[in-house]
Amino acid sequence: MHEFRVQVGPAAFRIGSAWRAPIDQLAHLYRDYPQPDFTDFTVRLEPTTWLRRWLRPSVAIGGDYMLPDAAPLPLAQGLLAAEMAMNLQMALGWRRHLLLHASAVERDGRVLVMTGQSGSGKSTLSALLGSEGWRFLGDEFVLLDPVTGNVVPFPRLISLKNEAIAAMQSAQPDARFGPLLAGTPKGDIRHVVPPADAIAQMGQGGAPALLLFPRYGYPGAVREVAPGETFMRLTQASTNYVALGEAGFITLTRFVKSVPSRAIDYQSGDEAIALVEKLWERLA
Amino acid sequence: MSRDAMLLVDALRDPATTRGLDAQGWTELLSMARAEQLVGTLAERLKIESVPPKVAEILAEARINADYQHRSALWEADCARRALAGYGGKVVLLKGTAYVASGLKAGEGRSIGDLDILVARDDLSQVEEALLDSGWEWVKPDPYDDAYYRDHMHELPPLIHKERDRMIDVHHTILPLTARRRPDAVAMLGRSKPLPFRGGVGAGPVSVAQGLTSPTPDPSPEGEGRLHTLAPTDMVCHSAAHLFADGDLAGGLRNLWDIHCLLSEFSTPDFWPSLGERANLHQLSEPVERAVRLAHQLYGTQIPQEWAGWDRQDKWYVARLTARDGWGRPTRQFIRLIFYIRSHWLRMPLLMLARHLWVKWRKG
Repeated sequence: MHEFRVQVGPAAFRIGSAWRAPIDQLAHLYRDYPQPDFTDFTVRLEPTTWLRRWLRPSVAIGGDYMLPDAAPLPLAQGLLAAEMAMNLQMALGWRRHLLLHASAVERDGRVLVMTGQSGSGKSTLSALLGSEGWRFLGDEFVLLDPVTGNVVPFPRLISLKNEAIAAMQSAQPDARFGPLLAGTPKGDIRHVVPPADAIAQMGQGGAPALLLFPRYGYPGAVREVAPGETFMRLTQASTNYVALGEAGFITLTRFVKSVPSRAIDYQSGDEAIALVEKLWERLA
Repeated sequence: MSRDAMLLVDALRDPATTRGLDAQGWTELLSMARAEQLVGTLAERLKIESVPPKVAEILAEARINADYQHRSALWEADCARRALAGYGGKVVLLKGTAYVASGLKAGEGRSIGDLDILVARDDLSQVEEALLDSGWEWVKPDPYDDAYYRDHMHELPPLIHKERDRMIDVHHTILPLTARRRPDAVAMLGRSKPLPFRGGVGAGPVSVAQGLTSPTPDPSPEGEGRLHTLAPTDMVCHSAAHLFADGDLAGGLRNLWDIHCLLSEFSTPDFWPSLGERANLHQLSEPVERAVRLAHQLYGTQIPQEWAGWDRQDKWYVARLTARDGWGRPTRQFIRLIFYIRSHWLRMPLLMLARHLWVKWRKG
């Protein structure tokens, strides 16, 4: 097994691969991250059958926690397989924080959380804000500390999809991009390394101050979201709310009670950023 | 890196063996434990050890997970109890849910998936109907599979609850009907004991976890309307049958740990002779004796002199049980294959096996 270890926020991963290429890509993209001795999770990229190591190589997504019906990916998408497997470990195994499927950015020690379905633009928005005076905390999972209620950063590689790739390339031409992964199950994907401050300060969280439900592709609008609806939507956005039991309920209740929330519609990145700034000034 | 799962066996048997582990050793141990569904058990065993802070965090997480699984398992058992409230016969909890509901050591930290229950074979259609009425539905709509289960297996085709997405296996005996060994399911049901809990409307979900195990006064001495568990000797017989007389030893280290815990907890001078008799009654002497020997060999279970010994086949079982590497990957593919073939051989006569595989192959 070729091996690479990486620390992302509080979680440490050991990634083993039957092939060299995905490990080299990971090592390149994660080169500014710490490499831990102890790891929380093991991820394995292995051929689906022994023949598939060489012949039309096919990567099975494996590790400590697995889904029985996870579809394999071609070796050209090995980096995506590794990232998906790391997400899977968090979603199925992480119990130290309440996990929300959401993105987050920080300013002045306070945190903006954005959540929504895939395609809502929460990931792209967090990446854009990350180069507009905010600190990027993560684009996939928001970790809520059950003791302090704070958001703990989890700044893994940003996963850009389809038209977001070009948008990000023009916004941040100097950022470090991974290979273009064309024709994945989620369309074209390209990973980008988070800004330097996001990695350097990944041990430092902040108190949540505003929750947004962005929606891309609709005329600009802002709508209040009642706490009951927010609570229900966040239980659905959480991968471990039920497993955490009472601690999950207390953490989520505190979050919903203390953080104002709004749904925003937008049609372009600039429009969204202007909306976010306005709401932040008024509410946070 | 040439470690096998003996590392995990050692840690479970004697937690002090983990004191010499470095970061790499811990990483490998935890991967193995997760792959074998034993990380919650390991977390329980290591409670008294001082471990590196990073490891302590992972073990705390494993305990949260085990608590969650136990809560869900007991809740699911209570849902089945309510669905079967109108059924007059005994409903016996099996495996993990039974251990947790009875407060046995085997349940501590144990991972639990599906709910397994045992009922009388004559009552299967009644039980099936009651479950279907309460929201369970068939997982396998395939007519061949369905007929196969009904004609040859020891359980109904698996049912899944459409809202809670949880499976229930309804057993009427503990080995497939086609297997050579024929355990006496009627005797098992006969000796099963009611759990000290009656439940009922108003008991509420919170009381379920405590309720199933709490020593509340028994409102119904016959145990009517309550869930049951197998008698201690039958519990061991079932666990041993499951491990060595059925299946390919997948998850075997966990099953053997169950057996270790059961034997350690039940062990009295009277227990061992009656275990021998009971195993004989169920035609399970060989698997039970092997289970006792291997539990002693791997986990250090205290057993009487006359149960000790060594069979020349045992080493293959040990090799199969510990066939896992530091990445959590299955190893020893050839031995695994042999045990896989053996599992089919145990389950059905050759001609029938050929027909079964032929049909399955044609269906792709």
